[in-house]
Amino acid sequence: MGTSHATAVGKDVPAMSDLVTYVYAVARNADALAEPTAALKGVADAPVHLVAGTHDDALVFVASHVPAQDFQEDALKRHLEDLDWLEAVARAHHGVIEAVATRTTVLPMRLATVYLDDNRARDVLDGGRALFSERLARLAEHVEWGVKIYVEPSVTPDAPGPTPTADLTPGRAYLRHRRQQQSVRDSVYRAAQQAAERVEAAGRKHAADHARHRVQQGVLAGGAGENVVNDAYLVPRDRCEEFRAEVTHAADGVQGVRVEVTGPWAPYSFAMPPAGSSDAEEGACP
Amino acid sequence: MTAPGPSSVVEPLPERQVALIDLLDRLLSGGVVLTGDVVLSIADIDLVRISLRALIVSISAQNPSPWAEATPSRGDHGG
Repeated sequence: MGTSHATAVGKDVPAMSDLVTYVYAVARNADALAEPTAALKGVADAPVHLVAGTHDDALVFVASHVPAQDFQEDALKRHLEDLDWLEAVARAHHGVIEAVATRTTVLPMRLATVYLDDNRARDVLDGGRALFSERLARLAEHVEWGVKIYVEPSVTPDAPGPTPTADLTPGRAYLRHRRQQQSVRDSVYRAAQQAAERVEAAGRKHAADHARHRVQQGVLAGGAGENVVNDAYLVPRDRCEEFRAEVTHAADGVQGVRVEVTGPWAPYSFAMPPAGSSDAEEGACP
Repeated sequence: MTAPGPSSVVEPLPERQVALIDLLDRLLSGGVVLTGDVVLSIADIDLVRISLRALIVSISAQNPSPWAEATPSRGDHGG
């Protein structure tokens, strides 16, 4: 149409210049998404709308308008220090994606993907059509499961306390105790390794893809124990039961190792192929 | 309204309260990375990502804000 959206953005509509377009996901529009999404509220409680491409409306961006002043560089830096703000945006982002994911395959965007207006977003959607279609086809009828493994050496019952035997000097007793603690730790980590191998075996059997996240630590990682594996698996819907069952039982009978399964998630971790590798998700370990 | 998922053990998606850290793992390191206009014309997406990650793991009394050197006036929320 040759609109000059790239240069004068909303100059003639001052009210609109306060708003920019926040994009949540790409989706196929096959299931008439417009009506259900119109009822959703996104970031900043704004109503969600669809932005269709120029050529057809087979693919749409799920988007909403957000206040421009919150998403400019300075403001964003300030906001990112504010965990409440970050959480509100993350949950809003996730809420929209979850809701759309119940109706059709979604390709989630990374948090805080923002365009000057819907026309700019439309250009980007047009430009990425081939890639988006390919990824959506690959992700159809798949969900993501998170699998985390924790070690908790302290809960191992056979960790013997410091036995104050009469024939040991305090120093020797201490060293013996430390050695026992160390061997308990070692055996717990070996057990965790076995659990991890069982999880990976379940993944090879049932999952289409596998992604590795950083282990969780820091103030937000509230769970007990030390997180040693934080992985995501892309699993076909009809294999979820088996996958979940096998993964959940991967640490059965193992003291001090806990497996936690989260999901089903929209396929966040698989939205794009892993950087550097075309399709090989295995064997590329550093 | 109920999702036609075969797995009835799984709660309906919107009612689950997910852990923020699991969510941020996905929202910050997953998802499609596209160059946005407003933020990313200035701050590269990787910068945003790394900063967020640094924030999640490091903000505490012992580890002050990663923005400390960039924004000296960080006493604004008193901590």
